Amino acid sequence: MEWETVIGLEVHVQLATKSKIFSGSSTAFGAEPNTQACAIDLAMPGTLPVANAEAFRMAVLFGLGINAKINQHSVFERKNYFYPDLPKGYQTTQLAEPIVGPGFLEIETAQGVKQVRIHHAHLEEDAGKSLHEDFHGMSGIDLNRAGTPLIEVVSEPDMRNAEEAVAFAKKLHALVTALEICDGEMSQGSMRFDVNISVRPKGQEKLGTRTETKNLNSFKFMDEAIELEVERQISVLESGGVITQETRLYNGDTKKARSMRSKEDSNDYRYFPCPDLLPVVLDDAYIEAVRQQMPELPAAKAVRYQTSFGLPAYDAGILSADSTTARYFETAAAASGQPKLAANWVIGEVSAQLNRHEISLQNCPVSADQLGGILQRIADNTITAKSGKTVFDALWQGEGQTADEIIAAKGLQVVSDTGALEKIIDDIIAANSAQVESYRAAPDDKKAKMLGFFTGQAMKASKGQANPQQLNAILLAKLQ
Amino acid sequence: MHNLSIAQLINQLQTKAVSSRELTQHFLNRIAQLDPGYNSFVTVTAEQALAQADAADARLAQGNAPDLCGLPMAHKDIFCTQGVRTSCGSKMLDNFIPPYSATIVENYAAAGVVMLGKTNMDEFAMGSSNETSYYGPVKNPWATHCVPGGSSGGSAACVAARLAPAATASDTGGSIRQPASLCGISGLKPTYGRISRWGMIAFASSLDQAGLMARSAEDIALLLNTLTSFDAKDSTCVDHPIPDYRADLTKPLNGLRIGVPVEYFGEGLHAGTAAAVDAALKHYESLGARLVSISLPHSSLSVPAYYVIAPAECSANLSRFDGVRYGYRCKDPQDLEDLYRRSRAEGFGDEVKRRILIGSYVLSAGFYDAYYSQAQKARRLIQQDFVSAFQQVDIILGPTSPSPAFEFGSKGQDPVAMYLEDIYTIATNLAGLPGMSIPCGLVDGKPVGLQLIGNYFAESLMLNVAHQYQLGTDFHTLAPAAIS
Amino acid sequence: MEPSEIEKLAKLARLHIKPEEAAEVAKRIGNVLALMDQLQATNTDAVTPMAHPLDAVQRLRADLVTEPNQREAFMAIAPATENGLYLVPKVID
Repeated sequence: MEWETVIGLEVHVQLATKSKIFSGSSTAFGAEPNTQACAIDLAMPGTLPVANAEAFRMAVLFGLGINAKINQHSVFERKNYFYPDLPKGYQTTQLAEPIVGPGFLEIETAQGVKQVRIHHAHLEEDAGKSLHEDFHGMSGIDLNRAGTPLIEVVSEPDMRNAEEAVAFAKKLHALVTALEICDGEMSQGSMRFDVNISVRPKGQEKLGTRTETKNLNSFKFMDEAIELEVERQISVLESGGVITQETRLYNGDTKKARSMRSKEDSNDYRYFPCPDLLPVVLDDAYIEAVRQQMPELPAAKAVRYQTSFGLPAYDAGILSADSTTARYFETAAAASGQPKLAANWVIGEVSAQLNRHEISLQNCPVSADQLGGILQRIADNTITAKSGKTVFDALWQGEGQTADEIIAAKGLQVVSDTGALEKIIDDIIAANSAQVESYRAAPDDKKAKMLGFFTGQAMKASKGQANPQQLNAILLAKLQ
Repeated sequence: MHNLSIAQLINQLQTKAVSSRELTQHFLNRIAQLDPGYNSFVTVTAEQALAQADAADARLAQGNAPDLCGLPMAHKDIFCTQGVRTSCGSKMLDNFIPPYSATIVENYAAAGVVMLGKTNMDEFAMGSSNETSYYGPVKNPWATHCVPGGSSGGSAACVAARLAPAATASDTGGSIRQPASLCGISGLKPTYGRISRWGMIAFASSLDQAGLMARSAEDIALLLNTLTSFDAKDSTCVDHPIPDYRADLTKPLNGLRIGVPVEYFGEGLHAGTAAAVDAALKHYESLGARLVSISLPHSSLSVPAYYVIAPAECSANLSRFDGVRYGYRCKDPQDLEDLYRRSRAEGFGDEVKRRILIGSYVLSAGFYDAYYSQAQKARRLIQQDFVSAFQQVDIILGPTSPSPAFEFGSKGQDPVAMYLEDIYTIATNLAGLPGMSIPCGLVDGKPVGLQLIGNYFAESLMLNVAHQYQLGTDFHTLAPAAIS
Repeated sequence: MEPSEIEKLAKLARLHIKPEEAAEVAKRIGNVLALMDQLQATNTDAVTPMAHPLDAVQRLRADLVTEPNQREAFMAIAPATENGLYLVPKVID
């Protein structure tokens, strides 16, 4: 039988506010446990929440970014359940009246462009963390994260394979970072994906029973977890079994998934409107003012990179995908006046180095301005492209502040002195008489290729600092 | 000294006829001597009170001290007090010492008011007789075999017994007005949103409101200016102009339209209470007011709507008491579920557990629409009754509670009988209106209260109406025989 | 209301009701629920539910960090802590 996979996503996006959604505690990542948990976050008796305006601005910005209806009347509700990382014993969230109504995102895969509908997005508070390392058989609770604002984005089950799901996830990541409402640091949990997966015989309309794989925090794990779960469901069904609705956890290290401890009675969350918070009402003028703050979105940016900088669509797509890359590229391009060269470097050398060292562009030791300095010197022929990489490595190692400083210190200026170059070439011709003979005897269409040998030797002899155009001209003349 | 009005006390403090230390020590002595008989205090903060009194005396000596500077008062143990145990009448919080104070506690501290201690109350404010307190029941100073009312029974009893000139209190369904009525004192629950709820331990957030208990309306007016402040820390606190509540006290009542709801004088009302309330209404006519018979047709829905909404909100509000971050934690929990279930089962009393269960029930899947949603709609109908009534009248008067103080244990094991104790007071909480109770007579030697219900933010008018009555009557000056 | 329903609710609310008490609690809650049946009898078709006594809207706070670290004060009143963490019996996902 041929099977069709149906995937829907629920994505938790931590908003980049300075303070929490209902208290004045800091949301900064990485602080000592419980040092950013105030009386409200700890659910001390008698404390009360006050909603953060910035969380609403960011949620509205997101809504506008997915072409959604903004609900001008939204209501916080209490979702009741007990868990040690949930101090109040309920999560303050939105249910019947969320801030963001239906919208959509367009994704692009090998199969072409497709629209993925978003059912809604709501504001809520994050929970704390349970630390499971052993405290004499106990768990430790850190409530620093409790109360960090989240938007939960709920997609329709519009995706049909892992590729589409990952494309949607990446598109969402690009959008929230471009809007600067989330730092996009997935390894720190800034974006967490819950994937609802079911399979059904192709052509059948009724959806199969779904499972939810929770808390995936990388595109790679998401891809792996989906492939694994689809495979599992198909093999269960093909061997005559049934899928049970359950929550699953995927372990990216072992590449295995397991069912979470079964909750024998499905939770009854007893939602009701939070009496401590009043309905939030946003008027047209407010929404219009937020719309005015809307930064350029990735799609528009990609078009601009093609038209203004003449970049190929593929490159423009990569550079515009997230705001950190776009900002880095644009800064380097402006500093050097060389957008195309900057594009090649960001996509090539910079990204290769980052991958090698497993660090993100945000933490790149070479700033965009420093890169611009390198590119400027390559463009004005002060250094060769090859020396450019040497300068880049030196800046990476922190050997200097600017490209010019490194160029001077390492003596990387191109050798443009005709006399010196002629001397090098004369030596090479004298030392390689056999190759000179065969070059001169070769037909014209082979000569261009054979010239490479002499160029290489001469570059090597000049320690890579010869001006390539000048070198070529002298070589051609001498080999005549 | 303990029989003086607050106006007289603050005049003596300001003129240095008496020092705050003398006054504070006088009330501390009375508490030490008499309160073992009433159990109205859970915690007496003698040492801290004397230190505050000395600080107040220093401010008074410098001149320009606030009006209330040096005046002693008590706070209901529902209000968080930094460094002082705040139990809310529960074993759950028997060891809870908050590192912060309620806004209203701070307001009084800033004004130089001296805190004598924390008053006893029904556990988490759930009760109408003060029998649910972990610290034992409070006894009514007028008849110690009778209840003082609840949940602010400790605040009511300590004012009635002249152990404090005044006390803060809170009212979710009648918890200020009913004990004020049963103890023969004056009590005001302001409009919902008028007083900050920050630091007041929540029972039912959309109904809870802090207020005051003192012997007279004038005393309350003097204290209300300091109780009231706009507080950005409470999202439901309303930024509404704050008048000087003393300003309107002396206005004559000529032409005042008093609404008398027919539903408040039906079956279940004690004949003696009805007679006392009728006499009070006649007194108002003699002051130039006009009585208008009105109907609040959805009154009978108040008790059922309240007993859906209040438990629903409390079931969530009390989830934070889980033995993890503060408060009671059971011994040797076997696992996480055991920690939760035993800490809560051992830390909460029966009535609290019952209300949590009811609240969980009415919110659970399949029952939400039938109970919770229906109760919220009934709430709207009840509120609209009042909105219509206030188009015809300026104020509504009636009984505060169906009968005078009853004996301990007399409401038996049926919670419904106890719930009906609040039949006349609950509607104002559902509507968010201000309510007040003032003494209007004695039946069999026990006090009876007259209830005043005002329009939104009409506290000044209510205090005026109450004060004019107290100028011509002396019920508010009567003291229980045992203490005079 | 059946005692078994009480046990289900008690579990949901993380309370422990002794089996011998369940019947009594069920009876009392039953009385309270009977009181609520008046609500069902009321026609409320055209009525909007009222969640708050005042028809006010939420005030929003400026996004400022105003809370200092008070961990020591909070941990001092906690039943069990270690290394700045609150301790609970092992959490199993």
